Amino acid sequence: MLTAFYITSAVAIVATVMVVVGRHAVHALLYLVVSLFAVAVLFYLLGAPFAAALEVIIYAGAIMVLFVFVIMMLKLGPETVAQERAWLAPRTWLGPAVLSAVLLAQWVWLLGQESSATIAASEIGRTIPAREVGVSLFSQYLLLVEIAGLMLLAALVGAFHIGRRREGRGS
Amino acid sequence: MMAAVPIAHVLTVAAVLFVLGVTGVLIRRNVVFMLMSLEVVLNSAGLAFIAAGQHWGQPDGQVFFILILTLAAAEVSVGLALILQMFRRFGTLDMDAVREMRG
Repeated sequence: MLTAFYITSAVAIVATVMVVVGRHAVHALLYLVVSLFAVAVLFYLLGAPFAAALEVIIYAGAIMVLFVFVIMMLKLGPETVAQERAWLAPRTWLGPAVLSAVLLAQWVWLLGQESSATIAASEIGRTIPAREVGVSLFSQYLLLVEIAGLMLLAALVGAFHIGRRREGRGS
Repeated sequence: MMAAVPIAHVLTVAAVLFVLGVTGVLIRRNVVFMLMSLEVVLNSAGLAFIAAGQHWGQPDGQVFFILILTLAAAEVSVGLALILQMFRRFGTLDMDAVREMRG
């Protein structure tokens, strides 16, 4: 179990690195799908099978398909790979990458050091089935469900309005 | 299923993914890659929520993961619509090209 967790974590991290440094948009997208699948396996290993299923269906399924459609509509040719290579010069990424690495090192150090007695010693508990999640979602968090519905409606209207082709207006 | 995974290790994985996503947002100039990095950031937040929920043995972590999923779906749809509109108007995906705030 523990070995599976570390292997899956390594897969997720490597795939995410390939997304961040990728040159080709479609290849980066495929690596992102691998990363999402790995995180879904992590959820399953942690004992959250419902979240794992949602991750595969909605994230890796629906959202990634949306990305694929938009990348297909953008008509990116082979020259965009060379353009990406020019944009991603070491002079550009070195500063932010080093600063982020410093922050990450501090974060990991804090997680391992500061609260070793309370957090690091404790372990992940039992598997939580979908039934408990549903009961909690529709009783205790009902207002949040309503707010999420409103947000999805606003996103629908906003995406339709922004993505519309305006004829004769604009630049 | 009993997973004897220390929670600090799960949180460390979430931290690594989060920082990778933030670095991606910072270093890329292509808007599509920036949006993908934002997805990574949201996903790592979801992983942290799930880890905390499993740690306490409560379903709340998964509930908040579902809400993060909803947020990600809304964000991606609006973001991709913005990318399409930007590509139509400027003919490029360069973030630096969009610095004139005209209507």
